[in-house]
Formats: sequence, C-alpha cells, structure tokens
Amino acid sequence: MPVFNQSRSRIVRLVFIAAFLVIVIQLFYLQVISGKYARQADENAIFRKPVLPPRGLIFDRKNRAILNNTLTYDLIVTPAQAKGIDTAFFCRLMEIDVDEYKKRMTKAKQKDRTGYLPYIFESSITPAKYARLNENLWRFQSAFYIQDRPIRTYPFAAGANIFGYTGEVDSNYLKKYTDENYISGDYAGMTGIEASYEKVLRGEKGVQVLLRDKLGRIQGPYENGSLDQEGVAGSNLYTSLDIDLQQYGEKLMTNKVGSIVAINPKTGSIIAMVSSPTYDPSLLTGAQRRKHFNELYPDPRKPLLNRAVNASYSPGSTFKTLQALVALHDGVITTNTTFSCSGAFYGCGGGKPMGCLDPGTYYLRTAITHSCNTYFAHVMQRVINNPKFPNIDSSLNAWNAYMAAFGLGHKLGVDVPTERSGFIPTAEYFNSPKRYGKGHWNFCTFRSMSIGQGEVNTTPLQVANEMAYIANKGWYYIPHVVDSIEGGDKLGLLDKYKQKIVPINIPDSIFEAVHDGMQGVMDGGTGRGSKVEGITICGKTGTVENYYRGVKQPNHSFFCAFAPRENPTIAIMCVVENSGRYGGSYAAPIVSLMIEKYIHDTVSAKRKPLEERMINTDLIPPLMKQEMVKMDSLKKSREDDIQLKNELKEIKDTLQSEDNPTENEIRIEKGRESKPAKDTQENKRLQTQMLDPAKQRKTSFVKTAIKR
Amino acid sequence: MNQRAPDIAKGTDWLLIWIYLALCVIGLICIFSVEYRTGDNIMQGLLGFKKEYSKQFFFLGASIVVAIFILITDSKFFTATANLSYLFGVFLILVTFVVGKEVGGSKSWIPLGFMNLQPVEVCKIFTSLAVAKYMSRPEMNFSKPRAQIIAAAIAFAPAVLSVLQKEPGAALVYFSFAIAFFREGLPGVYLTVFLSLILLIIASIVVKQNTLFVILTILAIGFVYLVRKKIKRNPRIVVTTILIWGLCVGVQMFLVPALFEKILKSHQVVRILSTFGIDDYKFKNKERAAEIQREYAKQGTARDKGVKGESYNVKQSKIAIGSGGFWGKGFLQGTQTSGDFVPAQNTDFIFSTVGESFGFWGSVLVLLLYFGLMLRIVFLAERQRSTFSRVYAYCVGGILFFHVVLNVCMTIGLAPSPGITLPFLSYGGSSLLTFTILLFILIKLDADRQMVLR
Repeated sequence: MPVFNQSRSRIVRLVFIAAFLVIVIQLFYLQVISGKYARQADENAIFRKPVLPPRGLIFDRKNRAILNNTLTYDLIVTPAQAKGIDTAFFCRLMEIDVDEYKKRMTKAKQKDRTGYLPYIFESSITPAKYARLNENLWRFQSAFYIQDRPIRTYPFAAGANIFGYTGEVDSNYLKKYTDENYISGDYAGMTGIEASYEKVLRGEKGVQVLLRDKLGRIQGPYENGSLDQEGVAGSNLYTSLDIDLQQYGEKLMTNKVGSIVAINPKTGSIIAMVSSPTYDPSLLTGAQRRKHFNELYPDPRKPLLNRAVNASYSPGSTFKTLQALVALHDGVITTNTTFSCSGAFYGCGGGKPMGCLDPGTYYLRTAITHSCNTYFAHVMQRVINNPKFPNIDSSLNAWNAYMAAFGLGHKLGVDVPTERSGFIPTAEYFNSPKRYGKGHWNFCTFRSMSIGQGEVNTTPLQVANEMAYIANKGWYYIPHVVDSIEGGDKLGLLDKYKQKIVPINIPDSIFEAVHDGMQGVMDGGTGRGSKVEGITICGKTGTVENYYRGVKQPNHSFFCAFAPRENPTIAIMCVVENSGRYGGSYAAPIVSLMIEKYIHDTVSAKRKPLEERMINTDLIPPLMKQEMVKMDSLKKSREDDIQLKNELKEIKDTLQSEDNPTENEIRIEKGRESKPAKDTQENKRLQTQMLDPAKQRKTSFVKTAIKR
Repeated sequence: MNQRAPDIAKGTDWLLIWIYLALCVIGLICIFSVEYRTGDNIMQGLLGFKKEYSKQFFFLGASIVVAIFILITDSKFFTATANLSYLFGVFLILVTFVVGKEVGGSKSWIPLGFMNLQPVEVCKIFTSLAVAKYMSRPEMNFSKPRAQIIAAAIAFAPAVLSVLQKEPGAALVYFSFAIAFFREGLPGVYLTVFLSLILLIIASIVVKQNTLFVILTILAIGFVYLVRKKIKRNPRIVVTTILIWGLCVGVQMFLVPALFEKILKSHQVVRILSTFGIDDYKFKNKERAAEIQREYAKQGTARDKGVKGESYNVKQSKIAIGSGGFWGKGFLQGTQTSGDFVPAQNTDFIFSTVGESFGFWGSVLVLLLYFGLMLRIVFLAERQRSTFSRVYAYCVGGILFFHVVLNVCMTIGLAPSPGITLPFLSYGGSSLLTFTILLFILIKLDADRQMVLR
C-alpha cells in the first residue's frame, strides 16, 4: 500500500518548494527591489531634530556687543510620564497651586493625546526657580526636564527701533520664504536690523538625527550621531553706532515724540537713530514677549513705530539750505543778492502774504541765519520762473531733480526697514486734474514749499542725509547701520553702501556760502542758544506748522546740523513733534547736546542745566495725551470688570459652599434626618404590608436608594 | 538492542537536530534583539527569568531536556499511548473551557504559573500520533469513506473545539493533516473539490456578486453545451451540473456573505479583505458596515494615504522587513525593532526581526533551514518501514509547513494574519515545547525505523 502512493511524496515536495519560491520572490521584491519600505522605516523611526545656531551679534563702533545672546530655560513636561510624581511638592517648587498644575497638564494633553509630545510647562523660568528645580529635578525625572533656548539680550537697553525684534515665524512668513528652510517654531527677525540682515544673522541650521520609538519617544542618537550636522553660527555685524550716544539721545527724548538721526557724513554710517517714545528692547524677548507686544502695539504713542525712517514731515526752514544751493547753482542769485522783507512776502500779490519774523533787508548769509521766509520765497520764485526754461512744468521738474539729487522724494535705501520715501511734487502732480490741472497753477500756488511747508514731505533720515551732503560739499553715502559683516559680505548686502554718490557738480564755493549762513545760525541766528564752545557747528532751525484733520496743531521743532565745520564728523537732525514754539527751542539744544556728547564725549558742566531741562521737559502732544487717557480709562474699566467678576465669583463661591455642605455636614444632617424618615417608612410599611408585603418592600428599598 | 543503555546517537538523524538547534538559536537571538536596549545587562537579563529572551532561554533548556527524554524513550511507547494521549489532549482542551485564561481575546490558555499552556497547540502532537495510529491499522483502507470520515474526525475534533474557543488561527493549522491524508491515498477528488471551494470563496470575495453569478451561469451553460452529445446517453450530467452550479451559487451568494456579515469577527473580516487589497466590500447591514469601518480605523489601515487597505501590523512588518535591504541593518541595528513599531514582534511577527536585521540573505537562510527541515522530514518519512512512522512524519511536516508558510506569508503581506507562531523562532514555551516534542518523537521513530510499529 505505501508503494501505491509513493509518487505523491513528490507532489508534496513540489508544493513545499513552490511555497518556498513564492515567499523568496516576495521577499526579494520587498527587500531588494522596492525602496519605499526603507524610506517608510526612516519616516517611522528617524527624527531629525533641528539644532538652532546662535544668531549673530551686533557690535557698536567701540566694539561693544550691543545685541547679544543669552540662554533662557524652559521647563518641559512629558504628560504621559507624569504619573505618580509628588505634585504637592512640585507645585511648591514652582510656586503654583494644584489647580494651575492640573490646568497646564490638561492643556499639554490637549496638544497631543498620546501624552508623549513634550510640552512647555513654563517658559523662561526665573533664576530662583531654576536653582530650586535643578536641585530637585531627579524627583520628577522623565516627566520634567529643563531645556535651554537662546534668546536676544540688549546689554544697553537702547536702540529698540534699530534692532527690531525676532519672533516665531507664522504661516504667512513660511509661505513667503518657502525656500529658506524655516519650519514652524523657528524664530526670525521681524523688524529692524534683525529683519534686514536675517540671512546673515541666522546662520545655518544643524540637524541632530535621533532614533524614536512608535510613541515618538527619543531613544538616543542614530548611528552614534555620525549623521548629525552641526549648525553654522550666525555672522556678527559691525556698525558705527555709538551706543552711549544712542542712550543719551533716547534720554534727551524722554516724554517727547520725535526722532534724532545722526550720521557720520564721511561714511554714511548711522551713529545714532532715536525714535521716541521707544521701549526697552528686552520686553520683546523671553516669556512675556506676547504680553508686552500686546501692550505696546495699541499704545497711542506708537512706540513700535520707527519715526526716524517711517514718519515724514514738512521739512520747514531746514529746507531753505537746499533752496540756497539750487538758486546759487542755477545762477538766479549770488551770495550778495538782497531781498527786503517789510513784514511779509508780497511777491504773489497782496492777497496772500507770507509772514516773516524780522523785517529788514537780507542777503543769503543773513537770510539763512535768521531764516527769512520772504527771502527764500523770492529765491524760489526766481528758480521756478527762470527764463531758461520754456515753461513752469520743466522748471519745476528741474527743481524736483535737484531735490532728488539731494536724496529727497525717494527712499534712500537705508538698511532699517519700513523707510518712507517722503514727497517732492512734480509738474505732473500739479497737472493732475485731482490737484489743479494743467495751466491752473503757478509758483504762487505752491510758494510755501520755498520754506519747506506745503506739499513737500521728508523723513528725518533724509534731512540728516541732506546735512551729510552739505557737510561733504556735494556727495554722500547711502545711510546705513551695518558697516561690515563677519566673514565677508557674501550676499552683497552692503554693496550699495560702499558707493559714493555725487549727484551733481556744485562748486565748493556755493557750499561755503551755505555753511557761512548755517554757522551764523549758531553764532547769532535762530540757533544761538545752542552754541557749543570749541565746536564750530553749522545748523539750521525749522519750525514746522502742521495740521491734524484740518485742525492746526502745535508746531514741530526741527533742527539739523553738522559739525565741526572744518572737518565734519557728524551730520544730525532732530525733530520734536508738536512741541510748540520754534526749532531753536527744543530741537536745536538737543542736537547741540548730542554733538557735544559725540565730539567731546561729555557735556560741559555749564550746559548741564540745559541738559536737565531738555530731559525733564514733557512735550507729549495734547492729542496724544487725550488718547492715552482714553486708553487708560478703557483699560481700567476692563480691569474693573475683571475685578468685579472675580469678586462676584468669590461671592458665588462662598454662597456655593453654603449651599453645598461638606461631606461631614452631610453625614451629620443625615444622622439627624434618618430617624424621622425611618419612622415614616416604618409606618408606611405597616400600612401597606397588609395589602402587598412583597411590593412594599421593594418600593421602600428603591426609596432609600434614591435618598442615598 | 541494548535495553538498559539506549544509544541515543545510533540511527538518530543529526541533520534534523542541527537544523532544529540552529533555528532555536536564531529565535533566541531575534527575541533578544527585540527586547534588548542599549545598556541592559545581558547576563543578568538572560538569567533573570524576567525578560522574554531569558524565559525563552530556559524554555529551550527545558525543551532540550524533554527532547533527550524522548530520545531515550522506547518508540513503542508512542504507538501504545497514541490514543490515550489524544483523549488526554482533547480533555485538556475541554478543561480550558472551565479554567481557561483569556489572552488576547481567546480563552484557550491554561495558566501553569511559570508559563501559559495552550492545549490546542500541544494537542497537535497527540492528534498527529492518533492520526498515525489510526492510519496504520492493518485493516486500514483509506479509499473507503468510513475510514476517511474517522480520520478526518480525529484530525478536526480539536480544531472544532479551538474555533469554539475563538482561536480560529490555531484551528487552521489542523488542515495540515490533509497533507498526510493526501500521501496516504486520499482520493484526488477531495483535493480538487477543496481547492475549487477555496478558489470559489476567493472569487466571491474579489469579484462582484452579480458578476460572479453571471460567470458561473455561463460556465454551467457552456459546459452543458460542450457535452450536449453525451447528455443523450447520460442525462444525469445535466442534473449534476445543475447541482454543482447551485452549490457554487449558494456558496457565492449566501455562504460567503453570511461569513462576512455574521459569522466572522470584524477584525478577521478586515484582515481577510486587506490581504486581497479590497477596501470597498459592500455590507448589506449598515451596523456591520460601520463596525468594519471602526475596525479599519483601529487597525490603522493606510486607506486614506492611497495605499489599498492594509492592517497596521502587516504594514509595519512589511516596512521592517523591506527596510532590511539585501544585507540587513545588522544585529541590534534595526530601527523598527528597537522602536517597537511592529506589534507582537516577539511572537507572531518575529520574522520581521530577521528581515530587518539580516536582510534578504538572512531571511532566505532561515527559510532554507525551514524548507530543508521539511524536505528532510519528507525524505525520512519515505524511508520508514512502518506506516505509523510515515504518517506521523507527514503530519509533522505538514504542521511545520502550514505554520511556516502562513506565518511568513502573513509577515510579508501575502496572507491574512491568523495569529499563528513561527516554529522554533517565536517566543513562547507552549509553541517551542510542542514543536520540540513533535520533532523529537519523529527523530526517535526514525532512529527505530528498523522496527515495524503499529
């Protein structure tokens, strides 16, 4: 019989071998041909943790780090591993109550239901807590750990508007910079130098290749860290900023709205750029960043606005220096040309006189010194009505070209973001039907431009740059904060700041004439109160009329200057918004103090009272004060609301505790109640037992159950 | 033969023993690599009896002791006690209904303190012996239906009990006795019918119900048309055809839907469907459909990622094996293994460890060991003088074949995962001891192949 079926053993063998081959083929496909499984395995088990390199530092002209990095410490929790820790002790260490602890843990669990995703329990813990926690952290091991995170520090607490701030990138940012390897959670420069030099400051991200398990827990380095990539630290930036001067400027501008811009005319490097009111830049780092931002943002004083580049004003009388240059270069006046002022400018007929302060006869130098409006109205009238131009369109455009050459009416290209272009009108502007229309305007239409009022608009930076231009006698460098980048300027960010700009050829003699007038301003003119001993300052005051929604507001106080005249090292301008009075009243003293501080490094004892007075004068415009009061009352009412709510809640809580007795009380109450209850039940039972004992027993049982 | 000092070495097939030991050691290594984490103390772990590799180590020791005992036992003992042991095995399974411990949803384990015993697993030995005993009766004629039914009853009784214990995977293995039956002369028609049935069931799953109905009908009419001349002589053909057609349609229209809608557990349905890559099976019962959807979600299928339905376990196993490449990632270097990505990696999915750590060559080597073992067993079977030994050998070979093929196919995504172990490699005392005893009884019988056993 066995022989009968022996052939079948061969079939069995064949089946075995066939199965073996099928399996081997599938294995070959899985392991050798298809590459997707290796990829999926990597996705499963390999976690590429980005390593953030430290951001580049920023140094001032004395090589002090004015923007630095420091470490802050975050307490991280892994909720799934937090079972069985001594919560009470932990809460004491963290100075929180158990409710708060529970609240945070619930939040952490909401983020990730598995509970293995690390969550920041508290960010930027205080040094005291850090010390306490560090000692006891072993008690809470694997649930809690401390992680360091680099943040920015500002050792001099100044220059917030220059540096700007870093912030977590949001989805818009990620969309905008898709090619630049940001991931959500990264920090990037949002404003100021942090933003414009983001590419060099940020460095290159490194990668730590880690192994994780199916719950996402990190097991350790993958392949002993051989695949890790170290990041490249951000490049440091070197500037010509003088942080002492910056601080000093910010101090002088306390309780004032406005700005100061100081430029080294020889290089175009910005020495100081004050925008007031400002804020302590460290407010926008660390744990409270968002809270502080939410306070700063709606502040009516607009501390986040960089007024030095992002505010524009009519330049006022500071504009006259440029008109002098144009008129002299065009040859429509000489330094000796005189105009008289009998009290007002009547060049446009009697109907619209333009007042001047000191009646008399002026030639160029004295006209600048005393800031004679009538003189410059005549000057510009000559420039515009110059017979060498066929019509007013071409003469106005030629004038516009001069202004453009002086750096007005367009963005200069400074490396501080949010720069405004200002405005210098062209013929096309006036020709537009929205304005006057072709042929419906002449010099008299815009005569107030001759004294820097009306349509013209400039930023403080442009005015400071114009001073540098005049100081240099005909050239300038585009103003900039950063002079050089550590390791070289590979991206060519600084190229445009290395090019000397010589827009038009104006002979030195013309500049000398203007310098004469500007020096006169300090020696005996509108700025005489701000003379600094030992320094020849050339300056020009400006008193700018301005309107807010058609209502005349107190004048802006303007002053621009450069010094020393012989070898200018600083070109500077200051504006104090709505200060009232004149350019010589506030802006000029502030500028003179800045110049003195910069050139002499200290302010002489004689001028200390002036310094005191400038610092202590409160010139916040009344409109702004109104707004602030409004904000405060709003805030207060909101706080009152919260307080009221809290009080109500407290009252409610006490009420509730009266309503809902504690367990002990319940027990006592029950003891009291149970006796009569029993009695009635007893009665009932007796009553009904006669009818249906079984049923009754049941119902009474149910009743007691409900009672409990 | 010297009765007092039996010579173990004499006649023993050492090749089987070496393959056996090799597989057991590979199993230990794999279990170790699943559990080991950098920094563990190996010696302490190995002797501590806390880690599973340590337990497996001791199980292996115990198995070897048992193996030696078997080798010094008289072969006649096995024939003599075959029926008794079978009854004992069935009794054990029945006992499980009373004292059983629930492990992973099936109540088929008896807790013994140091280990859990799964009687269905152990009963394979007794069933093999009993089948061999019955088949080797001198008056045996396997072409008679009576003999066939009795043999089938012996083989499938534990399986039926196992199904009642909700452990259908273990029951499936009892089909492996078909290989022994086939060798002993089971008429080919059974296999044809059986294979046709499987084909029909698969077709009913894969092909749309109505389409299949049309196909079956066309086949039936076509067949009648082809044999139309014979019908005149033998009209019964038509009746038979109609009967077969009716049977097929019954299976296709009612049995398979009934299986899917009512009888099978939802996770089994999902496993079966995902093996065939079907994710749009229409369930008539709304509740059932929702249940299946939940099960899909539970098993973490990658349907939403565009991959055809595949259960989480199988997906992870395939990733682990596939990522091994040709040469493997190296011992203890498997990222999927150390990251616990593959569920039940110690037991049912142990092959994924081999695939990941040792790659294609390692996997093929292990498979060669297995198939070498099986082919060797077939070879041994054919050299037996006694039917008992031969049938028993085929039973062992068949059981091994079913276990290995089903398990490996499951880990590489070729078969649904029924939850059966990989012999000698999977962690578990029950499994290791069972296969050791199975194999060593065979080795002992083979060593005594000169004797005629009944």
